[in-house]
Amino acid sequence: MSTLTSAPAGLRTARAGRGGPKRPRPRVAPWVFVAPFLAIFVVFTLLPIVSSFAMSFTDFRATDVQNPFGVDFVGLQQYQSVFTDQQFLRSMLNTGYFVLVGIPLAIIVALALAVALNNGISRLRTLYRVGFYIPVVTSIVAVSTGWKFILQPDGPLNAALHLIGVQGPDWLNSTTWAMPAIIAMAVWRNAGTLMIIFLAGLQAVPQELQEAAMVDGAGAWRRFWAITLPILRPTILLGSVLLSVGFLQFFEEAFVMTQGGPLNSTLSITYFTYNQFGFGQYGLASAASYVLFAVIALVSLIQFRTLRSQD
Amino acid sequence: MLHVKEVASDSLESLPAPSRRLRDRPSLGRKRFRPSRLILHAVLVLCLAATLLPLVWMILSSFKSQGEILSDPTAWLPAHFTLENYEQWFGPLKFGQYFTNTLVVAGVTVAGNLLFCSMAGYALAKMDFRGRSLVFTLVLITLMIPGVVTFIPMFVTVSKLGLLNTYASLFLPFLASPVGVFLMRQFIAGIPDSLIDAARLDGAGEVRIFTGIIMPLCRAPLATLAILTFLASWNNFLWPLVAAQGQSTYTLPIALSLFSVGQNATNYGLLLAGATLVILPVVAVFIALQRYFTQSLVSTGIK
Repeated sequence: MSTLTSAPAGLRTARAGRGGPKRPRPRVAPWVFVAPFLAIFVVFTLLPIVSSFAMSFTDFRATDVQNPFGVDFVGLQQYQSVFTDQQFLRSMLNTGYFVLVGIPLAIIVALALAVALNNGISRLRTLYRVGFYIPVVTSIVAVSTGWKFILQPDGPLNAALHLIGVQGPDWLNSTTWAMPAIIAMAVWRNAGTLMIIFLAGLQAVPQELQEAAMVDGAGAWRRFWAITLPILRPTILLGSVLLSVGFLQFFEEAFVMTQGGPLNSTLSITYFTYNQFGFGQYGLASAASYVLFAVIALVSLIQFRTLRSQD
Repeated sequence: MLHVKEVASDSLESLPAPSRRLRDRPSLGRKRFRPSRLILHAVLVLCLAATLLPLVWMILSSFKSQGEILSDPTAWLPAHFTLENYEQWFGPLKFGQYFTNTLVVAGVTVAGNLLFCSMAGYALAKMDFRGRSLVFTLVLITLMIPGVVTFIPMFVTVSKLGLLNTYASLFLPFLASPVGVFLMRQFIAGIPDSLIDAARLDGAGEVRIFTGIIMPLCRAPLATLAILTFLASWNNFLWPLVAAQGQSTYTLPIALSLFSVGQNATNYGLLLAGATLVILPVVAVFIALQRYFTQSLVSTGIK
């Protein structure tokens, strides 16, 4: 312990003598302050991460809960079954679809809103910001319940489409349209998050640069591509990584709106994991969750790298 | 993460700045001012309508009878305003029970986070102890651990402890979060050491310093943490779905989701009323505290 003390503190202690009453250095105090967090963290985050990893190499089933150490080590067998399971492969594909289409869409919508709001609007600015952000605070389960009815074959969305002469599909019962419908709702619900992050990032775009370009005759579109976008790029990357981590785990939307159907077309990796858990296949479920974990870790790594390159 | 924090502290003061700057510069776009502004507002109002209409439709339809919703699903205003869906929720469907469950769990979770995260944040920011960097590294690494990775072992642990289907099982795992510790640690690190040293010279102990100096200075990040934690807890789904196994501990999202996939799956009015009841309290809190909300989002960059 004493090796860690800084020189002046060490000197003072030396002068005061061992256990001097003047300034007892805290040795226990830091741990007392960290203890509650650490206890919860170890029991409910650290140990689960480790045991979930361990579980994924065993044949752990629901019936083994009473005797967790009586399970058999099966090596990579669970990962093998996961990667040969048509449902799991489908869920990976679906999750990829959801993220790769949903994130760019959310970025475009949020960027358009942020740039528009940053365009010198003073009146109604707060109203817009609050309005666009409201879906973000809503429970996914609750809005999914509402959207399920909006997306009914004879619901308000198809009625609106009918007005412009389009015959809308039975969104949630179509293997083609169920996923796009869920993506649309996810974009609707999450664009506000990115908008706020982008609005903050836009503060970093120097006004002088915009003016200089304007004097040189650059139009708004040109200025957006040549000035705003390059400066905003790290913010966009950061925002999209943050949102991707959430999107990669999507579950509630499908749970409420489609139950993963029709024909597994909206089954996500989290949903697959949850189902396997429900069947009592804890080992298999853990392997599936670790595959997702690896993807999320990879995405987070990109984020850390970008952050470091900015410093 | 660190970068977001910097952006945040900038933006908090300067969010309204661009408009101010534009007004100060008469040269910029004066001529085109009116028409372009009008078009911009028109587009924004349209987007705002598209954003809010789904919620408005949902809320309005929750005041219709099941028959009315089925006979004309596209109508906006209820022809015969009725509270029957809400009467169902407040009567036989035990909304009060689920609401209380959700509120108690969220309240305890918020209180725990405010206390434990700032305690840990203070120690990590201002105390020199062996293992400090290890703890902080662990916090950083686990900022983004997905719930789907941890829920199965958590379920095994909680059931071994005999806590399944109790309030404790719903809040205990979330009483302190790495995100919260990170947030508090970053803020407390910015408090000048001289303040703390002066108090130490005056003979104040760590607890005194923490409650008398640190906590009062942390009002802003504590508000942020409270908001983030409340939202996360109120809307939490996967864990309560697994841990709450009876109506006595169902939270609102769980109750609603089980109704919407169960035998009431086609009882539209009832489900829309339920969804409204889940959403409205949070939206009301959001509108009342909207300043802090958007600040809180930017300051952590995490939902």
